[in-house]
Amino acid sequence: MLTIIKGGRVIDPGNLNSIMDIHISGGKIIKVIETGNNDESADRIINAAGKIVTPGLIDMHVHLREPGHEYKETIASGALAAVHGGITAICCMPNTNPVNDNRQITEFIIKKSKAASAARVYPVAAISHGLEGKVLNEYGDLKQAGAVALSDDGMPVTDSQLMRRAMEYAKGFGLLIISHCEDPDLVADGVMNEGAVATRMGLAGIPNAAESVMVKRDIALCELTGSPLHIAHVSTKESVAAIREAKKNGIPVTAETAPHYFILTENAVGQYDTFAKMNPPLRSEEDRKSICEGLSDGTIDVIATDHAPHSILEKDIEFDMAANGIIGLETSLSLSLQLVDDDILSMEGLVEKMSKNPARILGFENGIQADLPADITIIDPDTEYVIDVTDFRSKSVNTPFNGMDVKGKAVLTIVGGKIVFDGLE
Amino acid sequence: MQFPKKDILDMASLSAEEIMLILNTAENMKEISERPIKKVPTLRGKTVILLFYEPSTRTRLSFDIAAKRLSADSLSISAGTSSVVKGETLIDTAKNLEAMNPDMIVIRHSSAGVPHMLAGRVKASIINAGDGMHAHPSQALLDMLTVRQNKKTLEGLKIAIIGDISHSRVARSNINGFTKMGSSVVLAGPPTMIPMGIETMGATVTYSVDEAISDADVIMMLRIQKERLKSFSFSTEREYAITYGLSADRMKQAKPDVLIMHPGPLNRGVEISPEVADGPFSIILDQVTNGVAVRMALFYLLSGGVKNADDN
Ligand SMILES: [Zn+2]
Ligand SMILES: [Zn+2]
Repeated sequence: MLTIIKGGRVIDPGNLNSIMDIHISGGKIIKVIETGNNDESADRIINAAGKIVTPGLIDMHVHLREPGHEYKETIASGALAAVHGGITAICCMPNTNPVNDNRQITEFIIKKSKAASAARVYPVAAISHGLEGKVLNEYGDLKQAGAVALSDDGMPVTDSQLMRRAMEYAKGFGLLIISHCEDPDLVADGVMNEGAVATRMGLAGIPNAAESVMVKRDIALCELTGSPLHIAHVSTKESVAAIREAKKNGIPVTAETAPHYFILTENAVGQYDTFAKMNPPLRSEEDRKSICEGLSDGTIDVIATDHAPHSILEKDIEFDMAANGIIGLETSLSLSLQLVDDDILSMEGLVEKMSKNPARILGFENGIQADLPADITIIDPDTEYVIDVTDFRSKSVNTPFNGMDVKGKAVLTIVGGKIVFDGLE
Repeated sequence: MQFPKKDILDMASLSAEEIMLILNTAENMKEISERPIKKVPTLRGKTVILLFYEPSTRTRLSFDIAAKRLSADSLSISAGTSSVVKGETLIDTAKNLEAMNPDMIVIRHSSAGVPHMLAGRVKASIINAGDGMHAHPSQALLDMLTVRQNKKTLEGLKIAIIGDISHSRVARSNINGFTKMGSSVVLAGPPTMIPMGIETMGATVTYSVDEAISDADVIMMLRIQKERLKSFSFSTEREYAITYGLSADRMKQAKPDVLIMHPGPLNRGVEISPEVADGPFSIILDQVTNGVAVRMALFYLLSGGVKNADDN
């Protein structure tokens, strides 16, 4: 069975940026050649003229709610939502119930995701037992079972000694630590960004320093241990500055941000909109601009979504009691394409942030070249549409972007040579 | 002028004209409370629900009396005595209340924004009786009525608000209200109790109480809560009283015709010394009387009252 993606602009940063044909067979890319009339033997030809063809997008920060809270999202619904958004691989965080801190849960997630046959799902296992920040997990066992990184996401590691040892211990197994940087004492009872908006609304604020003090601590530990460190969901200008400085000094730190941090500000909380409540919170316009600069100058390597499904039970309640988080898998690409429109990133730059860099950081095979797995996203950069949650594959609808006009979307998603989302026809 | 709002959610959403109409209506309502038979039939057949998720005797009583003086049927639901504690969500509660067809719902809740949320879900008029640290519009209105009664104007006054501004919905509502009517507001307290960006609401900030009260026309003292010790907002009540409390001694530098206000309940000896609280400048009890009048005015206007209250 031969499939040919024909006549699209193939963008694989550092490798390709031209109109090419991609031949796929046996789940792999078998050749990438100049476009032409050479397709007699093809079983299927995908006409990609006017489209952009990229290595499959990777979202390295996603919350699936299985096991434990399947009413919000299952592994299958999350994997389907991903491919609907053009994403071929996702990394799921361990804060399920039970927590993914052991081989059984990691294997369960992988087994379930295979059955879904949508996006590839790579479990991130917990740093500490039960996310409690007390005891290290069996990293070797977890890696063998298929975990690709370690994080106590949602529960910051406040014990600096534990964090140091976790980084060292993880290095021995070649595992990356992903840090959710947040000082809970500084957050206290805060529920949105600290500043004039929170003050006027009478909501307790979360200062930028709640994030940046731990970013700075973790950079210091990264320097001390020499273990690679990835900072999750960067939201403040101080964090961007600290990471920029660390990279300049050769410290092996990488970082991600999410679309909501470069598109929205604290003003989106408006009339106590719980769909604009997340952790870290939406920040000021100044922070938003810093995030854009960090993306543009390479300080921030990755765009991930921190996809966090919640039902109305957690969201249609008092603002200060509502759960943190928004879904992102099905809006990430369209929202991130705005960065290209705004000249913050080139199209190549965008593909780096959403595919090449996460692959490099996690050690995944990725690219449009012969012998690599055929994980491919086809993007129509020009279609204008209105984001509509009723069209989502996710089980949840908690997004502040519903109803927003956007331009550009994924029209076809291929995982392992198989078309898992087809929006072309 | 017909009152154009469905709800009273905060002072920020009221215009100067609307505030003036409320105060003028309240002025008329006061007369009713002075009659031997303190009751008019104006709101006969109307139902008012008092939904209090936070304990409050004073405010609830004030709303209750206001409703009764206008002949409305009022019923109280407090979080401690009804299904609201048994895992029922706010939206469930709203739907249940809606089924009872109330005309007005007075709500107090410890979470900011709850009255806004409710207002979008029910047909009844919502009156915010205090939501978290956000707003307490009826308190600000009664404060303004009290000041106007004593100063004959709300323009060009200097209002000093002193204490825990961070946690005070009364401070926020008064900043909005007084600045809208053309007065200036100065805030004073320890920096731990001055929230970030409060000056964007149009107030000025100082850490010196002496500076704030010099040439102030009104001094409003806010209650200090011992729980704030846990969040490191201050050291001891002793030091607070010395540094930020209103003592008789400190009053010597205030204007001779200054008014002293306090939204209550008082912490005598902490933010205000007993001599000052009970002294000649204190209009704290006027505030209580005016509270009923303002709440009557709100009920009346939200029920579509367009005539003068004294037409009754
Ligand atoms: Zn996190
Ligand atoms: Zn997360």
